[in-house]
Amino acid sequence: MATRVKFLCDADRCIECNACVTACKNEHEVPWGINRRRVVTLNDGKPGERSISMACMHCTDAPCAAVCPVDCFYTTADAVVLHSKERCIGCGYCFYACPFGAPQYPRVGNFGSRGKMDKCTYCAGGPEADASQAEYANYGANRLAEGKLPICAEMCSTKALLAGDGQIIAEIYRERVLKRGYGSGAWGWKTAYKETIAV
Amino acid sequence: MVKQARRLAFAIAVALLVGSGIAAAQQQPTSVNPTASAVKEEQLLRQLQSVQGRITIPDAKAAVLIQPGGRDWRDLHQVSLRWIGGIAILGMLGVLILFYMARGTIPISGQRSGRRVLRFGTFERFTHWLTAGCFIVLAVTGVNVTFGKALLMPLIGADAFAGWSQWSKYAHHYLAFPFMVGLILTFFMWVLDNIPTKLDVDWFRAGGGLVGKGHPPARKFNGGQKLIFWSVIMGGVALSVTGLLLIFPFAGTTIADMQLAQIVHGIVSVVLVAVMLAHIYIGTIGMEGAFDAMSSGEVDENWAREHHALWLEEERNKAPAGGQRAAGPAE
Repeated sequence: MATRVKFLCDADRCIECNACVTACKNEHEVPWGINRRRVVTLNDGKPGERSISMACMHCTDAPCAAVCPVDCFYTTADAVVLHSKERCIGCGYCFYACPFGAPQYPRVGNFGSRGKMDKCTYCAGGPEADASQAEYANYGANRLAEGKLPICAEMCSTKALLAGDGQIIAEIYRERVLKRGYGSGAWGWKTAYKETIAV
Repeated sequence: MVKQARRLAFAIAVALLVGSGIAAAQQQPTSVNPTASAVKEEQLLRQLQSVQGRITIPDAKAAVLIQPGGRDWRDLHQVSLRWIGGIAILGMLGVLILFYMARGTIPISGQRSGRRVLRFGTFERFTHWLTAGCFIVLAVTGVNVTFGKALLMPLIGADAFAGWSQWSKYAHHYLAFPFMVGLILTFFMWVLDNIPTKLDVDWFRAGGGLVGKGHPPARKFNGGQKLIFWSVIMGGVALSVTGLLLIFPFAGTTIADMQLAQIVHGIVSVVLVAVMLAHIYIGTIGMEGAFDAMSSGEVDENWAREHHALWLEEERNKAPAGGQRAAGPAE
């Protein structure tokens, strides 16, 4: 599958139910204090309020991978950005560089500083063997290896959060915008993929 | 005739356009555009440099939706810092090698006298080596973060390099604290001897014994040593403050603050490493007899007269019965 998978959150559909956040935590048994996905509400309580579900966007030319001092990141054939916790030293540089605040750190190091980084894997696990116990313990479920899409998008009750081949989800979003006549855009796409969806 | 026809066609076209526009507006006169007042990503990014909202999970920093500032930081870290560090460290090494080839070890001109004078007591040497030892480990492990991926990783492999870097991080975190202790002790121990005076101006004007002939007179510390002292103090304080901000993420700082702190930390450290290379050079192979001051603590009297004539005189006057302090007759 030589596709380029992406996330797209249709802010005009997101109702801030946080099901994606919960589903993600449950699917991967993400530890307390770490959120691989979150919902941010802009203009809260005002006209034009919008909520956006955000996680690692699996950027093209990912900044985290560029700044990592131990080169622990790699990109899969589907363009999912993954990392090796074996190599990660918890320096926090990926967090400085990430435009989306995706990298998370358990507070285990000396002085309560950062442990090994954790982030959204696009439900694609890590460098260990697919669906192995070690992979599950470190990165959570590998749904992609089972032919499934990320749980957050599958769970989304309003289908605001889309995951899958970038071209296909862009087409779905474009059709929606044309049909309903408005759309606040593909949040983060320009930053992550250096392109946006022209309607 | 032709002109008139054209004008007529244009007038009809305008009328049609205006008419259709009015018709469209009349079709949906009360339609609500739900996105009219909605926030736009590009507009927010232009105005605020980041997009921030409200969040329901107990992690306030996650309320920042997009912060493209990371892109600038990435450039600073991956490009600028590498250039600055490379130029500062390699440039200084190059200068020192050229200087050594030209000048060699600068000897004590009157040979060694065999009589020794105590220059640095046990506490002074302990403080110096505490700070120096920590600094060397901090420098190596710090430089590793910026240059290790390019220089060391291809040699030892990614996994071995990751293991080494993990220990480097621990060493960097733990040794930062004794380094800060050493810094504070150094400051209080030597600050009175390091206040710049007119003597230092003359010392620099005379070439400081490095260039030109002879050594201008100096007290306990000469102009060059004072420069080292103040570089260590000011650089060390800058590194300590930024380092503490980085070691405790989000302790009153935002991500932009931490990016700035990291850049200041990186630039100040490579400059200080370059300054320390010069310090190490002069203290070891650059000047005959200089290393004694920090190893045994006792320097040769001729060395002291050459480098710190005024200080030697002061020590003589202080010591009772005109003898030299700690200069055993058996020597």
